Amino acid sequence: MPNLAEERAQAWREELRNTMKAKERTSLTRVHMPELDAEYRSHNKEEVNLGLTSEMAMLEAKRCLDCANPTCMDGCPVSIYIPKFVKQIEVGDFLGAAKTLKETSALPAVCGRVCPQEKQCEAQCIHVKMKKQPVAIGHLERFAADYERESGNISVPEVAAPNGIKIAVVGSGPAGLSFAGDMAKLGYDVTVFEALHEIGGVLKYGIPEFRLPNVIVDVEIDNLRSMGVKFVTNCIVGKTITLEDLKEDGFEAMFVGSGAGLPRFMSIKGENFVGVMSSNEYLTRVNLMDAASSESDTPVFKGKHVAVIGGGNTAMDSVRTARRLGADRAMIVYRRSEAEMPARLEEIKHAKEEGIEFMNLRNPIEFIGNEQGRVTHMVLQEMELGDPDASGRRSPVEIPGRTETIEVDEVIVSVGVSPNPLIPQTVGGLQISKWGTIMVNQDTMQTDIPMLFAGGDIVRGGATVILAMGDGRKAATAMHEWIQSQQK
Amino acid sequence: MNKIVGKEYFSENVIKFEVEAPLIAKSRKAGHFVMVKVGAKGERIPLTIADADISKGTITLVVQKMGVSSSKLALLNIGDEITDLVGPLGKATHIENFGTVVCACGGVGTAPMLPIVDALKKAGNKVITVLAARNKDLIILEDQMKQHSDEVIVMTDDGSYGNKGLVTNGVEMVINREKVDMCVTIGPAVMMKFVSMLTKKYDIPTVASLNTIMVDGTGMCGACRVTVGGKVKFVCVDGPEFDAHLVDFDEMLMRLGGYKDIEREEMERFDCHV
Ligand SMILES: Cc1cc2nc3c(=O)[nH]c(=O)nc-3n(C[C@H](O)[C@H](O)[C@H](O)COP(=O)(O)OP(=O)(O)OC[C@H]3O[C@@H](n4cnc5c(N)ncnc54)[C@H](O)[C@@H]3O)c2cc1C
Ligand SMILES: Cc1cc2nc3c(=O)[nH]c(=O)nc-3n(C[C@H](O)[C@H](O)[C@H](O)COP(=O)(O)OP(=O)(O)OC[C@H]3O[C@@H](n4cnc5c(N)ncnc54)[C@H](O)[C@@H]3O)c2cc1C
Ligand code: SF4
Ligand code: SF4
Ligand code: FES
Repeated sequence: MPNLAEERAQAWREELRNTMKAKERTSLTRVHMPELDAEYRSHNKEEVNLGLTSEMAMLEAKRCLDCANPTCMDGCPVSIYIPKFVKQIEVGDFLGAAKTLKETSALPAVCGRVCPQEKQCEAQCIHVKMKKQPVAIGHLERFAADYERESGNISVPEVAAPNGIKIAVVGSGPAGLSFAGDMAKLGYDVTVFEALHEIGGVLKYGIPEFRLPNVIVDVEIDNLRSMGVKFVTNCIVGKTITLEDLKEDGFEAMFVGSGAGLPRFMSIKGENFVGVMSSNEYLTRVNLMDAASSESDTPVFKGKHVAVIGGGNTAMDSVRTARRLGADRAMIVYRRSEAEMPARLEEIKHAKEEGIEFMNLRNPIEFIGNEQGRVTHMVLQEMELGDPDASGRRSPVEIPGRTETIEVDEVIVSVGVSPNPLIPQTVGGLQISKWGTIMVNQDTMQTDIPMLFAGGDIVRGGATVILAMGDGRKAATAMHEWIQSQQK
Repeated sequence: MNKIVGKEYFSENVIKFEVEAPLIAKSRKAGHFVMVKVGAKGERIPLTIADADISKGTITLVVQKMGVSSSKLALLNIGDEITDLVGPLGKATHIENFGTVVCACGGVGTAPMLPIVDALKKAGNKVITVLAARNKDLIILEDQMKQHSDEVIVMTDDGSYGNKGLVTNGVEMVINREKVDMCVTIGPAVMMKFVSMLTKKYDIPTVASLNTIMVDGTGMCGACRVTVGGKVKFVCVDGPEFDAHLVDFDEMLMRLGGYKDIEREEMERFDCHV
């Protein structure tokens, strides 16, 4: 961890702060992210956000006050050194900014795009307390990372001399990737095992191209490869190979980042009609299998009246995908109101611009199908908000007798996921919570089996990319210490 | 990438492949399956592991040409690589010495039945295999089944070969003749439904191996879900074998038809290119 006060006192930062009065900085208006036209983008999978220009980024960076007590950092789960990288952007040192980001984040180009900034770093920015729009930290983060990638000057982190110690990683989502990167830097011989045929976890099979292009993820993966990380796809730990096999092969420790890949359904009448599916199925077909393209052998329904049940990022991704595949009506059906939606604000905004209908305070109670077993209608129960529940959100309560029936030809159920049960089932001696997550020491991410560490959604249930990544990094530090202590 | 080291035609549309997959060869059990994908834009399809050779590090797959994906696989030759192959998946078959077992199969179910027949025989059962098809030309794997069964009864709808009648007529013939302790059935869902109704009448425990549509095959998507005894199950992780008397076959039939139209279009496109 850098000494924040010392760095802030460096001459260049001091001078920069003095070039403009705080008041002037706060009176600048927040940059607007250029984006594709809503009508145009509703018919293709091009990335919606186009990224800031250098001028825009430098101007936005001016808004940051380089606070003595940068509260924004408290909002970032991995404590990215925000004022430093922003000020580097202000002076045009974009590669330097990228380097600062990489000191803490393994995937800045990804996090800049998908972090729920309005709940994290940006929520804690001093501007918000002054009733102003926060500094666009996410946009700036994305800018610096993209600049570095496009410049072709990607700095491959220094890798310590190989120490010959073999480490296994289960799962190639953000938790596994960030863990692998840190361990490779420390000189370990790291192999990542992935069950699917693609590397990247949710970043590949879940989050769509129009929000996070695959090339961005692939660059990061290539980066890891150049650091010596090995990847084995189509290999399910616990099935194809067991923990015992890995030990026999000389792996001395293992990190489990197997995610929360199990879809939940609602258990209501008619849920197994054809055309009703999980968002995992829908997004896997479209993203992982590229089913919408004519070259792909995998089929996908292209519904005309598509309802997506849920209010999270997964629901938004599904409904916006349905729109892009030609739905005339693409609807969100959510049992609470918009204020309670867990999805990122930007996703909700983009969805609205793309003509997505929001049917809030409604809960499906039955699906109706035709003779071929295809879903044709759905019965919705109207809801109102009652008292706050355990999550602190106001809980939805049925309004007796108020139902409506709407026409649908495709329904995507996006009401949450459960932890992947494979590792908990096949590795004896792990402590598992009642939700099916793996229990770990919160400081070290170590499980009850000392050689086994875990992090990301398998430990937290469905969480976020940055939290998964933070876990991976924490586990790497702790595992390194543990291995060294073993060798003494 | 998994290299094909053996290819043998059982009939024009049924092909046996021997494929390099040392880890799977070591860990698989009878009843397990793999997901196979041919080509970068290929579909992931489930195929039962018919056999394995640990010393050679190979597994055997028996593929019947149905649509685009199985046909693409069928075109591969010795030395070619299967783009992606993952497994072993599913729960292994529960094999024990039940006594007399009738194995009723037809159509898509014939290939995946082969390793089960083999395992049951090895466990000491008397295995009577009922092999059914519409006509003589569609009867496959008869010789292979004969090698592992005590008896093979062939049924054709039109009587062009073996006995005339449906698979259920063949099973009932055995039931009327001797005591049957167990029945295993794999085939089109309609077929399994009628076999199940028949054996229920006679109170014979019956296992059906369900061949639902799958995407990932690892429990991630729910495409393979079926209702068994009133509960929703994922065939790829909870199955593929279930107590046939508890399976909602009507629902399964309905769900299997889901992608028919799209698949037909894809097959027409594929035929134009071959
Ligand atoms: C559609 C969608 C949109 C989302 N949008 C956002 C967003 O905008 N912002 C945000 O911050 N978060 C978002 N999330 C959540 C975020 O993606 C997850 O929290 C994060 O990916 C978790 O990372 P992970 O590494 O723990 O697991 P995952 O990304 O789930 O990766 C786990 C990997 O492990 C593999 N695996 C599992 N078991 C085994 C095994 N036994 N052997 C080998 N491999 C195995 C899986 O195949 C998978 O590839 C979204 C999630 C979804 C589904
Ligand atoms: C657990 C499991 C194990 C299997 N093992 C084997 C095996 O060892 N050997 C083998 O040849 N096949 C096996 N199958 C079936 C095989 O997966 C399908 O034949 C294959 O997916 C068809 O793909 P396709 O693209 O070639 O045909 P598609 O284009 O998908 O289908 C062509 C036609 O076949 C019908 N069809 C497709 N799949 C099925 C099915 N599962 N049941 C009934 N009708 C179907 C369709 O309705 C369509 O009319 C297994 C299936 C499962 C679930
Ligand atoms: S990683 Fe996420 S939370 Fe942290 S600064 Fe970047 S955008 Fe904000
Ligand atoms: S709180 Fe806001 S203004 Fe202050 S350093 Fe952080 S981003 Fe800059
Ligand atoms: S095939 Fe996806 S859950 Fe079974």
